[in-house]
Amino acid sequence: MNASVRSAVSVNITPPVTTGASREATAPAQLRMTISKVNFWYGAKQTLFDISLGIATSKVTALIGPSGCGKSTLLRTLDRMHETVRSSRLEGEILLDGKNILAEDVTLLRRRVGMVFQRPNPFPKSIFENVAYGLRINGTKLPMAEAVEKSLRHAALWDEVKDHLHKSAYELSGGQQQRLCIARALAVEPEVLLLDEPCSALDPISTAKIEELLVQLKDLCTIVTVTHNMQQAARISDFTAFLLTGQLIEFSPTPQLFTKPSDPRTEAYITGRFG
Amino acid sequence: MNPRMRWRKFVSNFMLAMTGVCALVAVSVLFFILASLVYHGGTSINWNFFTKLPAPVGETGGGMANAIVGSAKLLLLATLFGVPFGFLGAIYIAEFSGSKVAFVVRYSADLLNGAPSIVIGIFAFSIAVHPFKHFSTLAGGFALGVMMIPITLRSTEGFLLDVPRTLREGAMALGASKWKTIATVIVPAAYRGILTAILLAFARVAGETAPLIFTALGNSYWSHGLNEPTASLPVMIWNYAISAYDDWHRQAWAAGLVLLTLILIINILARAILSRGISVPR
Repeated sequence: MNASVRSAVSVNITPPVTTGASREATAPAQLRMTISKVNFWYGAKQTLFDISLGIATSKVTALIGPSGCGKSTLLRTLDRMHETVRSSRLEGEILLDGKNILAEDVTLLRRRVGMVFQRPNPFPKSIFENVAYGLRINGTKLPMAEAVEKSLRHAALWDEVKDHLHKSAYELSGGQQQRLCIARALAVEPEVLLLDEPCSALDPISTAKIEELLVQLKDLCTIVTVTHNMQQAARISDFTAFLLTGQLIEFSPTPQLFTKPSDPRTEAYITGRFG
Repeated sequence: MNPRMRWRKFVSNFMLAMTGVCALVAVSVLFFILASLVYHGGTSINWNFFTKLPAPVGETGGGMANAIVGSAKLLLLATLFGVPFGFLGAIYIAEFSGSKVAFVVRYSADLLNGAPSIVIGIFAFSIAVHPFKHFSTLAGGFALGVMMIPITLRSTEGFLLDVPRTLREGAMALGASKWKTIATVIVPAAYRGILTAILLAFARVAGETAPLIFTALGNSYWSHGLNEPTASLPVMIWNYAISAYDDWHRQAWAAGLVLLTLILIINILARAILSRGISVPR
């Protein structure tokens, strides 16, 4: 890796896929989303500073960093969930397939960019209705039962629930509920799936299942996941962005970030000196 | 045990006993009322009470069939009038308005809730009776409906705000508009609470007397349609209880028993609804 790439990364402008740093890791030089010069405020408090990075198509991009570094905030700007907080303000540009999402209709955007949250949040409805929800509100013409089965299979939950689809979603375990939420998000066939610490409320076995699932889902959609668990980022992601106090410190292919970090702060974080 | 410890033990036991006695007093008021209603009402009630019109002065017997039907009509009208305002108003302040508007609406609702029912009666009189120059079922339903608004509004708001934020986000993240989110996720998640609130508001106004004296007035016969004055159980109780006839007193006891039974049933129903089915974990 040469010095010019390193400097490009450290000024946080160039997405790794365009650097040509490692052709293997970045082979499909295609960006599903491009975040450029994003600044973000909650009220008067600025929480993101001049963030620029690219989200590679059909890859897993992980956002890591200590609590309060802005990784969840950054994730939530990608489907404009930040707008549910009244006092929030965003400057900069976020492109999805070359179009500015900030100018798009927000409900249409959220059908293309799905989200799974930190804690499983199934609706107080049956398993079936949870998955069907997104299709119903979009007035789909698809045969519902097939679409629900497909999504549940994608979320690796079908075999466990196929015999009681009409039971309450709350009768599932936490890990199953989270996979149900993934199935619910997949049902509307999003181009991008955002996950906000999807395993933080789960036990190790459920976590392993979800990690495995995310890697498989790459073929279906582009994945961006926030995690406070560095090992998890190392296991499942292709690219990793390290954030600290609202700044993007380093953004590289995952193996590189964890083995040859270019910024001393990244190194300090991944070796456990803080965070 | 030294004297100081003994004194402490004594104070502790004494205070414990006092709190127990106070709790007992609180419930015994209810049981005293229930017992005397069941005793007096139970000995006076009979089938005629439910099927016959009131007997003319000087004759014994008769019933309050017209008042039972009248109360049912009044309460139905009150629900039709009060619940939509309370329910939709609650959605507005819980989901749409800023905190300032919500504060004003909430505070006004609390004041309205605390307004003496006779004031509500006079208000309804000036709006729904005076301009039309006659008392009516409609005016009575309006008065009771006005009383239902703040109760429905405040409790519905509470149940809506109790729906976890994560559920809203889940729906919105799937591309649901705000209205869709409310209609398909939030209200369904809160519906049992809302239904309970409506039932309790219903039970609360079922026994109201003062607003009806100014609006529905009373009627010794059947009331046809919604435009005539109508008898109602609470007003009948009032009229009969202050009369001079023993037979009327007995009728008033019977009416009290029927009314209280109705309210108790609604309360129990409300509790049953609230405790069954899927509840959203907090």
